[in-house]
Amino acid sequence: MLIAVLSCFILACFAPWLHRLGGRHSGWLLALLPASLFAYFASMLPLVSQGHSLQFAYAWFPGMGIQLSFLVDGLSLLFALLITGIGFFILAYGGRYLEKHKDLGRFFVFLLGFMGSMLGVVLSDNLISLFVFWELTTVTSFMLIGFNHEQEDARKKAHQGLMITVMGGLALMTGFIMLGMAAGSYELSTILYSDGLTEHALYLPMLLLILLGAFTKSAQAPFHFWLPNAMAAPTPVSAYLHSATMVKAGVYLLARLNPGLGGTDTWLLMLTLFGALTMLTGIFLASRATGVKKVLAYSTVMALGTLTMLLGLGTETAALAAVTFLLAHALYKGALFMVAGILDHSAGVKDFTQAGGLRHSMPKTTVVAVLASLSLAGIIPLFGFVGKELLLEAVLSASNWHIGLTIATVIANILVVLVAAIVALKPWFGAVVDTPKKPHDPDIALLIGPAVLATLGLLFGLMPFIADKGLLAAAAGAVYGQPIELYLALWHGINLPLMLSLSSLLLGLLLFKVWGGWRQLTNFMHSAEKIGPEVVYERLMLGMTQFAAWQTNTLQNGYLRNYLITTLGTVIIVVGWALLRVNQLELNISFQDMRVHEVAIAVLLIFSALIAVLVRSFLAAVAMLGALGFGVALLYVFFSAIDVGITQVLVETITVLLLVLVLYRLPEFRSLSSTANRIRDAIIAGMTGLLMTILILVITGARQLEGISEYFLQNSGPLGHGRNVVNVILVDFRALDTLGEVFVLALVAIGVYAMIHLRTGALPVTNSDRRAAFNLRRSQKDKAKADAKAEAEASAAASKGEE
Amino acid sequence: MTTLMAILIGTFYAAAIYMMLRRSVVKLVIGLILLSNAANLLIFTVAGMDRGIPPLIPKGELLIEGPAADPLAQAVILTSIVIGFGVLAFAVVLIHRACEVVQTDDMNEMKGTD
Amino acid sequence: MKPRRFNMRSLILNTGSSLLLPLLVLFSLFLLLRGHDEPGGGFIGGLVAAAAVALKLFAEDYKAARDMLRVHPLQLVGIGLVLAAVASLPPLFVGESFFTAQWWSLDLPIFGELKLSTPLLFDIGVFLGVIGTVLTVVFTLAEAEHS
Repeated sequence: MLIAVLSCFILACFAPWLHRLGGRHSGWLLALLPASLFAYFASMLPLVSQGHSLQFAYAWFPGMGIQLSFLVDGLSLLFALLITGIGFFILAYGGRYLEKHKDLGRFFVFLLGFMGSMLGVVLSDNLISLFVFWELTTVTSFMLIGFNHEQEDARKKAHQGLMITVMGGLALMTGFIMLGMAAGSYELSTILYSDGLTEHALYLPMLLLILLGAFTKSAQAPFHFWLPNAMAAPTPVSAYLHSATMVKAGVYLLARLNPGLGGTDTWLLMLTLFGALTMLTGIFLASRATGVKKVLAYSTVMALGTLTMLLGLGTETAALAAVTFLLAHALYKGALFMVAGILDHSAGVKDFTQAGGLRHSMPKTTVVAVLASLSLAGIIPLFGFVGKELLLEAVLSASNWHIGLTIATVIANILVVLVAAIVALKPWFGAVVDTPKKPHDPDIALLIGPAVLATLGLLFGLMPFIADKGLLAAAAGAVYGQPIELYLALWHGINLPLMLSLSSLLLGLLLFKVWGGWRQLTNFMHSAEKIGPEVVYERLMLGMTQFAAWQTNTLQNGYLRNYLITTLGTVIIVVGWALLRVNQLELNISFQDMRVHEVAIAVLLIFSALIAVLVRSFLAAVAMLGALGFGVALLYVFFSAIDVGITQVLVETITVLLLVLVLYRLPEFRSLSSTANRIRDAIIAGMTGLLMTILILVITGARQLEGISEYFLQNSGPLGHGRNVVNVILVDFRALDTLGEVFVLALVAIGVYAMIHLRTGALPVTNSDRRAAFNLRRSQKDKAKADAKAEAEASAAASKGEE
Repeated sequence: MTTLMAILIGTFYAAAIYMMLRRSVVKLVIGLILLSNAANLLIFTVAGMDRGIPPLIPKGELLIEGPAADPLAQAVILTSIVIGFGVLAFAVVLIHRACEVVQTDDMNEMKGTD
Repeated sequence: MKPRRFNMRSLILNTGSSLLLPLLVLFSLFLLLRGHDEPGGGFIGGLVAAAAVALKLFAEDYKAARDMLRVHPLQLVGIGLVLAAVASLPPLFVGESFFTAQWWSLDLPIFGELKLSTPLLFDIGVFLGVIGTVLTVVFTLAEAEHS
């Protein structure tokens, strides 16, 4: 199991070489992996469809209770099969679609990496590993949206998707940690069946945080805008990530958590409300758009909203409806996106208004597109119909607000029919319109994916029991929390859902006739978009950058003393405040136990420190420092630290030497600061000193635990064979630390040497050296000039491109 | 004695910070020296100050009889003194070079000459 | 900025240093070797040795000090680092963990028992590292002053 998930990442590492090896057919070559993974997962079908679940666990961070554990039940197997199955077609498709792209190797890396992460998300049993994989999908999605990274637009859109999903990811992590705390375990298989989660004090915050994560990932309103923007990615990516798999990760999470967290009023309210809102927003925007991928993207938003709404309802019917709708959607939307790619690839069509009558030149593609669109529209006998009937049934039988939800669903359905009609009819039928490229049916690599997916839609529609018995019943059971007793059927007889479907079909077709008029009628949306969530997002981002610039300018101003003042001020306020809040601060003050000579040295030290600060002459200051250093050494020796004392004396000697050697050449002290500044600095310095004094008095009175020094004292003789315990610590017990210190010294030596010897101008000694240095500088200058020129050209080209 | 040391260390810190807040780089170096002395003494004082019981095992013995001063604090301070010297040496040379290149010791003027 | 030169060369210092120098170097070795049992050790010994060479520098000049040392101080740093790092390896060969001290004792006819150990090797590494670093800094600055 672990190998199954990791194999994608491993293959991703080798993808560029394999790509070079495979040449034109590298897509097929790499697609072997998802194909075999599909077979592997399919082999689990018999067990899982009987309602069993399989678990695999590997230790990961055993100390933190995090293990890499996997859970295979109906729900995760459904997703795993979708991911590997569609992944197979997408790899083959992408290899051909981007055949001439220079970064195709990189594309495979990201796509395989994504596949592995996505498998990780849906198979993880552990919340932490689920989160890690979740974030990996975010990262790979970012890479894939920004795949054409030379285009500013793609970069911007990738960034937008990243920001929104990462923000949600942070919320999700917090929510997961709360969930783990509340349930006492990070294993999903334990959490979902533990009681009392919904009554836990943390229930509301953790639910809201998890929902935020799921909603951002699954593009629920008001975060829906990133998804259509993500269409900046190459079409295979849109087909895979942004319709069939990744955006469903949020839905997956909701479905997964439904048995544990669902069933409360908050759950019902949040999910149905946002789901219905997203459904309407998505389909409304889809009906207004004309770009091929835009229309499909918005209709994906609608599907995600529908799924969320169904999960919110949480009834048995709704659970079944959700998994059925999900499978149907993955099949037809994956197919339609790939068809959209074919339209672009073979005919250069990116917008529905640019095309018409393509059925003559692209007959096979037309069949596929129509088949998939019929499923989208939910027309009998396709699988979409089954899903749609169940959806209506679930909504009608909802316990709360069923009238409102039904109306919303029917309106959405009418518009779905409109959208399906646009997709199924507009480019293929009617008068022939000239397209940018000469249209033709694409080769097998491009066509097989959508063809198989669309055919599966038909097959499952005609024989829904295959899907049902095979997997969907088990998946719905996992969502519902216990085995369900409903069955899928194509024909339920003439009932209310059917009547509603029929009427929405008619109304939708009617609306298609007046599509242009409908778009005109809804033009008011243009002005509404100016205050939409995307604008809010952009304002927020702009505000954040401006704030960052402001605070960087304020805090990182390049003056050492401002940094010091900020840092010290914070320390003084925070620590001082903490000290003041302690009741009965115990200061360990006693003036007994002092010897005359010690007091004399201490007083001398205090004075020499003050004099070193106040004197005007540099030499006098250095002399004071020397005196101070020797005084400190004496203190060490008096108080039993002989080695330290000796070291201090020697270091002090060499320090004074150095200071004299170097700083002697520097100018005399000048008065640089104003009196006001001096007073301010003196106050800060005085406060810091006072704080340190108080802290020492507190700390020395409060030592409670025995240190490890006793161990060193006891073992230095027997184990270290040495009588000087300090030295034994340095060269034996803590030798690694000392080695680190020698490394630091070596760095100092190299740094000093480099600073003085390797400066420009110090290098050339002979004439030939000088010439070489001159040539070097000239070539650098030339290079800089060339760079500047290239840059100017590039920006000129870019601005030309914009025109 | 601890009380006296606390006052001494406080004074060192105050003097060090005041010097580091000056505009002259030379004063910054003096501040650094004061600061590292203050920090060493801080560790020394907090570990406990005992007279005349160095952590040395008498000849021919394996253990020290009776109490001994904290050897770990001493090892740490010893390391800290040497590292402090290394940092100081580096800073001094850096300043030497900087002054040579920008012809000033005023950090306000240094800031403008990236 | 007004550069000033200073000159510390004096006859007394010159004579004194040539007498003191061998003594100081011997003393530093003494400190290094006895460090495990009495106050002393690699750091202290290294600082004394470096101070001795620095004394030569001040008493005579940069060149004299440099000639006395024979090798470049950076090389000393390198050798010291290698010795200190190598001292961590022997225990690996006898199946103990990294940096565990190993002791060997040799019986020599005249000197009696000689104790060899990885901590001693390590301390020698520290000793050389300290000498090298201090002298690199001092020499570099003196050289810069010179030119």
